[in-house]
Amino acid sequence: MGNFIVWVIWLLAAGACLSTGLAVVSLANPFYSALALIGNLVSLATLYLLASAEFVAAAQVLVYAGAVMVMFLFVIAYLGGRADAPWAGGPGWVRGAALVAGGLLLVEVVLALLLDAGDLLSNEAKLTSAFGSPAEIGQLFLTDHLLSFEITSVVLLAAAVGGVVLGMRSSAEDDA
Amino acid sequence: MGPGVGWYLVVSGILFSIGATGVMLRRSPLIVLLSLELMLNSANLAFVAFSRLTGEGTGQIFALSVMAVAAAEVCVGLGLIVAMARRNLALDVDRLSELRG
Repeated sequence: MGNFIVWVIWLLAAGACLSTGLAVVSLANPFYSALALIGNLVSLATLYLLASAEFVAAAQVLVYAGAVMVMFLFVIAYLGGRADAPWAGGPGWVRGAALVAGGLLLVEVVLALLLDAGDLLSNEAKLTSAFGSPAEIGQLFLTDHLLSFEITSVVLLAAAVGGVVLGMRSSAEDDA
Repeated sequence: MGPGVGWYLVVSGILFSIGATGVMLRRSPLIVLLSLELMLNSANLAFVAFSRLTGEGTGQIFALSVMAVAAAEVCVGLGLIVAMARRNLALDVDRLSELRG
């Protein structure tokens, strides 16, 4: 019974994830696209929970669906009607080629999975009860992956400085 | 037990293809950024799935690092879009094909 419920929730989350993903790409209005991406992030967080990655799921909802997407919505609201661009551009063959390339990518991924899905993916390791808990993630971050943790802080600082520099009013604009 | 790792990877692969198609097809820089987020998140899903396969937390650490990099990328990307809008440039990636102001 528990198994059945897990499958139902998983299929619902995966379906929501794929349909909101399609909506992000296909909706004309960027505001609706951003809202669809929020739904996509929340359904992905559900998938993370089912893969026993509790901390990543919480971080996904707090940082991504919360902070990052609010920033997106603010910018879209700030731009207003100017955010509307033509749905797709370029000559027709470019659009066709883009669709074909996307389809080929899909075929390639599915083929790669089918070829290897036999043994490699079926031997799942036994999970300890601490797997994916904040304590374990914190331990890993501050011991084995300390360098990546520190570099992340530098990357975020650089992005913040870059955002401020890009947002500054330059004299060229004032002349224009 | 719920669905195996292969199922997660299938969802991840389909989501990546959707995002890549969006990046190639759409013209609004905002939607290109949103499609990029889709691609990053599908990679995150694969990391989390492999982390469960091996029973090690390293994949989840990687997923968290990707999240931080994505936040930085959104910060710079949105800054660029706002700067473009302030200079009254068209928000259309086809018409922004050169770096000269």
